[in-house]
Parts: sequence; structure tokens; C-alpha cells
Amino acid sequence: MYRRAFRAAFPATVPVLMGYLAIGMAFGLMLQAIGYNFIWAFFMSLTIYAGSGQYLGVELLGTAATLGSVALLTFIINFRHLVYGLSMLEKFKGMGPRKLYMIFSLTDETYALLSSARVPERVDPHAYYFAIAVLDHCYWIAGSVIGSVAGALLGFDTTGIDFAMTALFIVIAVDQWNAYRAHLPALLGFGVTVVSLLLLGADAMLIPALCAIIAILLLLRARLDVQGEAAQKEDV
Amino acid sequence: MPLTTGQAIAAIAVMSVVTFLTRALPFLLFDRGGTPPKVVLYLGRVLPPAVIAMLIIYCLRNMSFGWGSTLAAFAGWAPQVISAAVVVALHLWKHNNLLSIFGGTILYMVLVQAVF
Repeated sequence: MYRRAFRAAFPATVPVLMGYLAIGMAFGLMLQAIGYNFIWAFFMSLTIYAGSGQYLGVELLGTAATLGSVALLTFIINFRHLVYGLSMLEKFKGMGPRKLYMIFSLTDETYALLSSARVPERVDPHAYYFAIAVLDHCYWIAGSVIGSVAGALLGFDTTGIDFAMTALFIVIAVDQWNAYRAHLPALLGFGVTVVSLLLLGADAMLIPALCAIIAILLLLRARLDVQGEAAQKEDV
Repeated sequence: MPLTTGQAIAAIAVMSVVTFLTRALPFLLFDRGGTPPKVVLYLGRVLPPAVIAMLIIYCLRNMSFGWGSTLAAFAGWAPQVISAAVVVALHLWKHNNLLSIFGGTILYMVLVQAVF
């Protein structure tokens, strides 16, 4: 049953294969650059399995952030997964123990594949979803291990590789800018964070900025909620 | 390495558990019917763009704005600004995540290693 499911799922996952190998490699290189080798890359990708979350994780490890801020920032950057889960409630019904793994592995890319998946004939849908999730996870682990091994072996100057994280967030922001009609949340995010940086400095800026953003968004709810309801074309 | 091995493992464990929780929360709360509170759905919609904008500023927090007659005077901010602009331009042009991320990162690495 699984043989057929994996064979059917593989072609659908090829775009994610390319993407995860590349983004995973950049993660491995960044992690190696702050002194954590491929074993760390392997276990982070195995147990955390989140693109932007792990990029931020490199930063958090590198700056020796406290466990409290690690928890809070991880929660915030993954908050969008809440929305993904809501739209997968039906799809994962009846998957038994595999459901736990499906929930664990619900990344942006896997979510995108699952929500647009057309299960081929004579393939068990649940086995097909499971195969997609497992394949994507393997690509991500492979990419990050390859990246960190390459960083250690090739020994080229990786100064500046950390800009990959900035670039990833900029790409997400551009996609969101195109997908949302309401630009106020993004502009608010920029503005509040710049003010927080100027007032509090680079080390203490993040959590006050975050609290201020949430507070202001809640205050603006009456205005933004109506606008947002119809404006959003897709979630990024 | 600023963290001990144990501290690093603890940080990774926290990231892993919290990431799983954000993915599992909808299933824990709403799998047996029931609808999520409207305010949660609202935040789920408006928070992501604000958070990503916040993280971009956070990534660029160590820029220092200098000016002068030598190229080195601009080293604190010009590589970031140029590369970020190129990422935006590439992404608006080709809509290819990999091209935008790697184009911008390689440019940035060249700028900080060889130009400024």
C-alpha cells in the first residue's frame, strides 16, 4: 500500500524537494557558521522541522537567548500554523496514529501540497498524504545536513550567509503584500519595530515590539476585521 | 559557542515542543466540533504580516548609518540596503523564492567580503 502511495506522491513533491534542499542547505550553512555541526542540523531538522522557525533558531542559539524568549518567539513565528490546522481538521480524520505525525509535519509547503492534493486512483488517500509528509520531511533533513557538511568541508568564507534569513523574510513579506489587500498590519509591524529599536536598542527590542503590535492590532480590530474578511486571497 | 551543549539542547527542545503545539492547537481545541473564537481567527489573519515585518527589522537591527568619502564609510548599511532591494526586485520580477533568496544572499556575501 505504501509503496504505491510513495511512488504516486513523489512527483507531486518535486517542487518541495528543490526548495527544501536549497533552503535547508542555507540553514545548515548558517548553523555551521555559528559553530554547530551537521549532527545539530540533523536533530534540529528532525525534531523542530520549521523553515523560518529554524532560521530564527540559528539566531536564538547564536545570541544565547533565554528559554522564555525562545518559546515566545517560536510561538509567534509559527502562529500562522494555527490557520493551517483549522483547514486540515477534516482531511486528517481517521488517520489513527499517523495523525500525530501529520500534525507535527504540517509546514507551509506540506500544507500547500496537501490542500491542493489530488489523490490518484487506486491510491489510499491517507497513505498518500502520509507519503507527502514523510518525503518533505526527508528533503528538509537532507538539505540541512548537506548544507552543514558542505560548510565544514569546503571551508569557503561564509561571512554574510546569515543574510539568507533576511532574504527569506523579505520574500515572505513580498508574497504577503501581494496576497493581502490590507497593508496596515505589515506597515504597523515595520513602524512599531523601528520605534522599539530606536528606544530600546538592538538587544531588548523584540518582545516589547511584539506586545505593542498585538495590542495595536487588537485596538484596530473593528476597522481591520471587516477589511480583512474579504480582502485576503490566500494565506502565505 | 555562547551556550553550553545542555543549554543548546534545551533551546532546541523548547523550539520543537512549541512548534508542535502551534500546529496541534487547532486539533486539540476544535477537533470535536466547535468554532474558534473570532479574535483568534482575526489575529491569525493580521498577525503574520506584522510579525514578518518585525522580523525583517530585527534581522537588520545591527545596521549603522555612516557617510563619508570612502566606500568603507558605507559598510554599516549599504550592503544590507542594496541586497534587500535586490531581493524585493527579483521577487517582484520572477516570483521565484529560490532565485530571490539566493540571488540576494550571494550578492550580500560578495558585498561584505569583497566590496565594502
